[in-house]
Amino acid sequence: MEEQKKSILKVRNLSKSFGGVKALKEVSFDLLEGEVLGVIGPNGSGKTTLVNAITGFVKPETGEVFFKDMRITGLPPYKIADLGVARTFQVVRPFLSLRSFKNLIVPLWSPRARRFAGSRGGDRDAVAIDLLEEVGFERDAYVPYKSASALPLGYLKRLELARCLALRPEVIICDEVFSGLSMSEIASMVPLIERLRMRGVTLMMIEHRLRELFSVADKVIVLCFGEKLAEGRPEQVMNDEKVRSAYLGEEIRL
Amino acid sequence: MNHERKTMNREIGAIERRKERLDRGIKARTEGLYAIQSWREVLYLLAPRASLIIGLLVLPLVLPGLYWQRVLGLAGVYALLAISFDFLAERVGLVCIGGAFMIGVGGYISGGLNYYLKLPVFLTIPIGTFGGAILCTLLWLPCLPLRGIYFAVVTFMFPFLTTSIILAGNLFEGTEGLSPIAGFPSTWIGIYLILVILLTSIFGLRRLCGEDIGVVFAGIKDNDQAVYASGINVTRVKVYALYIASMIGCFAGAFVAHFSGFVGVSLFAVDFSIMPISACIMGGPGTLAGPALGALILAPLSELLRGFGQLRVVLYCFVLVGFILFKPEGLLNWATRKYHQIEHWVKV
Repeated sequence: MEEQKKSILKVRNLSKSFGGVKALKEVSFDLLEGEVLGVIGPNGSGKTTLVNAITGFVKPETGEVFFKDMRITGLPPYKIADLGVARTFQVVRPFLSLRSFKNLIVPLWSPRARRFAGSRGGDRDAVAIDLLEEVGFERDAYVPYKSASALPLGYLKRLELARCLALRPEVIICDEVFSGLSMSEIASMVPLIERLRMRGVTLMMIEHRLRELFSVADKVIVLCFGEKLAEGRPEQVMNDEKVRSAYLGEEIRL
Repeated sequence: MNHERKTMNREIGAIERRKERLDRGIKARTEGLYAIQSWREVLYLLAPRASLIIGLLVLPLVLPGLYWQRVLGLAGVYALLAISFDFLAERVGLVCIGGAFMIGVGGYISGGLNYYLKLPVFLTIPIGTFGGAILCTLLWLPCLPLRGIYFAVVTFMFPFLTTSIILAGNLFEGTEGLSPIAGFPSTWIGIYLILVILLTSIFGLRRLCGEDIGVVFAGIKDNDQAVYASGINVTRVKVYALYIASMIGCFAGAFVAHFSGFVGVSLFAVDFSIMPISACIMGGPGTLAGPALGALILAPLSELLRGFGQLRVVLYCFVLVGFILFKPEGLLNWATRKYHQIEHWVKV
């Protein structure tokens, strides 16, 4: 079944090193259209570097990234976003001096969003407030009008997602949207991810929260010291010997 | 507020008092959003804007003589540079201290066209404004990826560089400068031209910052990485902003050339780069109208202190240090707060 789907993002032999640290070593994988791909790995295993290398924020030394058979390695970040690959930041980057709904005016002003804007293109404020409601802002509670600097982290993570959605992306790469959130906040984020997937958005999720990730992910990749350790369905990956030792250490035999 | 309360407590000991701030003027409002309900409220909102416009337009009429009118013209130049600096630094996040370069480029283009080709004033000023802005933007384009202090340093260096080139190459008559340059038909026309342009720039820029592109400018100031991730070419947007700001600066340059009837390397004087910063700090950073007011105060003040010779620099520094230490919000932000809120002490 899965093999028949088209691959929307192809990553081939991606490598990147910072000084002596090899952050990525020859990582290759395919992201299929409409699937949710989880990327997990211990701290410092190169997950965020992978996101940065795909979205153009860092230049990989070797390797290539294809979006729908078009080579996007080396393109500047805004061009990759313009093609439809949106990303969130692990450390949220809201526009703190702006009200939350005004934060979305920035992506809505981008060439890509303007190409998609129909008759409501001129009324970006209204589109922005609709988008915020979609990601779970309470509309009546004045939250969309609050300054972004006054929002708690849970809302800021949603704002990051809304910023991606404003671009009408085909692929969203979420860099740890669950991290730093309370259990109840995570519980309310999971349905949002499900909804995005129902709308046909392809998702790549970098996560540390394995249980929540496995409830939504179709496929999981495990990174360890920049190398791809394993790839497969969540339960399959978790039973893998190499993955277990990467997370838990070697079994000691006496 | 908290800090004030603490110091007050220390001063008066046992009695618990705090400063209470009440909004006045408009009944239905919260955090900068308001609903206007009556003509009184409309007047309340219009009064500060109207007093700025009327005040500036009446000012030349009440000034005592030609000398002070010329000072006002020069103050207008500094005011234009100040709002150009304020717009770039506080609304777009580009700290550009190349005011002297804008003045010089605008002045040399406009004055040169008049001196060599005998073009009339009403042609040279627009060419100096738009052409000069294109030249400034193109020359600064390679530096645009720089951020913060690095962009500031590079832009600060440009006037010195140009001065050296002009002097070393003996271009445009070198140290002699170009003179005479045709003046305005009368001083009144010159003065009112710069005042009208000043008002248009203040209100135009404020309107621009409220538009969607202004929100993108603010986004670039806050976090340019997130703007990149939003699919926007940050450098291109910075170019728009730089062009608009250079246009204002180059107009000021073209104006100086015709107002003083002389074009020389003195147009690249460091005063034109530094004074806008002081005016901005004094008037209230980010308010656009504030820096203009700051310049309109500082320029005549430094004229008044001309008699003190070198000492006036000291007094001038005292004013600046005082503002940075005791009123960092600047005059206009302070006045806005006083206008919108009643403050009084209440017992807790």
